[in-house]
Amino acid sequence: MSKTLFDKVWDSHVVRHVEDGPDVLLIDRHMVHEVTSPVAFLGIKNRGIGVMYPNKTFATADHNTPTINQHLPVQDPLSANQLAALEKNAKEHGISHWGLGHEKNGIVHVVGPEYGITQPGATIVCGDSHTSTHGAFGAIAFGIGTSEVEMVLATQCIMQPKPKKMRINVKGDLNFGVTPKDVALYIISRLTTSGATGYFVEYAGEVFENMTMEGRMTVCNLSIEMGARGGMIAPDEKTFEYIKGREHTPKGADWDKAMEYWKTLKTDPDATFDKEITFEASDIEPMITYGTNPGMGLGISKSIPTASEVQGGASTYAKSLNYMNFNEGDNMIGKPIDFVFIGSCTNGRIEDFRAFTNIVKGRKKADNVTAWLVPGSHKVEAAIKEEGLLDILTEAGFELREPGCSACLAMNDDKVPAGKYAVSTSNRNFEGRQGPGSRTLLASPLVAAAAAVTGKVTDPRELMK
Amino acid sequence: MAYDKFEILKSTAVPLPIENVDTDQIIPARFLKATERKGFGDNLFRDWRYNNDDSPKEDFVLNNPKYSGKILVGGKNFGSGSSREHAAWAVYDYGFRCVISSFFADIFKGNCLNIGVLPVQVSAGFADKIFAAIEADPNTEIEVNLPEQKVILPSGESESFDINGYKKGNMLNGFDDIDYLTSMKEEIKAFEAKSPL
Repeated sequence: MSKTLFDKVWDSHVVRHVEDGPDVLLIDRHMVHEVTSPVAFLGIKNRGIGVMYPNKTFATADHNTPTINQHLPVQDPLSANQLAALEKNAKEHGISHWGLGHEKNGIVHVVGPEYGITQPGATIVCGDSHTSTHGAFGAIAFGIGTSEVEMVLATQCIMQPKPKKMRINVKGDLNFGVTPKDVALYIISRLTTSGATGYFVEYAGEVFENMTMEGRMTVCNLSIEMGARGGMIAPDEKTFEYIKGREHTPKGADWDKAMEYWKTLKTDPDATFDKEITFEASDIEPMITYGTNPGMGLGISKSIPTASEVQGGASTYAKSLNYMNFNEGDNMIGKPIDFVFIGSCTNGRIEDFRAFTNIVKGRKKADNVTAWLVPGSHKVEAAIKEEGLLDILTEAGFELREPGCSACLAMNDDKVPAGKYAVSTSNRNFEGRQGPGSRTLLASPLVAAAAAVTGKVTDPRELMK
Repeated sequence: MAYDKFEILKSTAVPLPIENVDTDQIIPARFLKATERKGFGDNLFRDWRYNNDDSPKEDFVLNNPKYSGKILVGGKNFGSGSSREHAAWAVYDYGFRCVISSFFADIFKGNCLNIGVLPVQVSAGFADKIFAAIEADPNTEIEVNLPEQKVILPSGESESFDINGYKKGNMLNGFDDIDYLTSMKEEIKAFEAKSPL
């Protein structure tokens, strides 16, 4: 029988199908961080059981870590307590732990691929909705709740009904200045934040085939923002090239054996999806969001739609624009901004910093802008220095911080103050997401860079001529 | 963590007819720093419920004495965004045992089922009827009948809802998935031994 990529990976991990219920799914790789794991560890302790396969779980600290002075004790006692709990739990159960200050430390979805933990055909979960990032490698990867973290620790399995399948095709070539982030924000704006709920997405077509692995990670990362559990892209030569030789990838004969399997991981020509959607790459321009969910995005040259032009209720729409202090019909270009954040599991990789640096090179940070440049990991931080990007950034008036989730969810001190506008390369523009009362405009690293040097929303293509 | 059994819940309800309520609103990230599961109800809808000086916002429904009960009725696409189970914990800890909406985000729905909060998805039309009934009379008692899989209004109007047999059994008996999974450990071990990764 013909199968999709998703079917092939899912079906090969079903330990048991429960009658009139979910599948029991074996998990190959489990990543944990300090925020969603402590109650799960407490749970297995209370049940008097241990971790079934400690070598399949990897721990890193990222969500509430500071991004300056990481060599000093963490000031916030609650954050320090969570970090200490992760370290203690990892040690007690024999789980590898890349805590604050460790050379491999970084955002969970950045370090997983960097060290080859992420592999094609694997099932990967983490108590974090952006686990979908790892789907870029042809893995089934999705976010889970803390009860499920406990299940994986205790039994290496979770219980999930098999989602429906959707394929999203983007055909043709991308326009100048359009990045993977724009592709994702465009798709979400067309589908809305609930348009893919209940589905697992496969991204297909020239645009994704031509995309770098880091670009694919950005796209898969944002799958959850249209409601999908996850998104995946069939592995190809680019994928194999990326993972080869990394610490946790198979070596020698094991590599050859794995490659045999990985090369089968593509959707059969006559396999069918529950839903199939096609977009044209030529319709996409650099994107920016104007509202309080990631579906409220538009091409940067466009004006904010009226309530009658959008899906959903008028009162919810009015509440959102009121929070942003924007009006229907406003142009986005020229809107003054206060903060710029580049980083997160969405856009905190080296290619993102290269793109940002390309635009700010030879220019100066605008005086009215506070900029937070936060690499996704120590590895990214080192590359920024080695490639000479840091010198260019410093010359333009920017400082580089230390790795972590930072202002993406503002659990640490990197909080955008109430009422201020931040152009952010992260993934969510929810009310208060970047600090109580903060107002977020989601965009690509290019749009963020253009805003950082002009102090307002600016079309990056104007600065790339 | 096992939870109380859920069979038939008859209660007044709290209406929140806003769409796309994300889990950052249900519990903001800065309240996720606990290492134990307690006290999350105090911060349920924190930034909609309280001003910066911690005084209650009078126009928010949880601060309106007219509305109370064990059922929360939310707008379409309830619980989107972050996978934080803390959102479901906050709903439970505040005292809700059931959330009704015309559409739920996936992870939030699963988290609720795993901790003993029943997510009930009804049609948009029936959700509107529930909102109208509560608006007309905040003391309206809604019956959520799990054995029969029905939501029943005092007018006698009702609608069926879906839940798979396995999860229904868990909710009726107060069992959780770990009880199930730990009972099949040998089967998991044998399966894992054959897995390529």
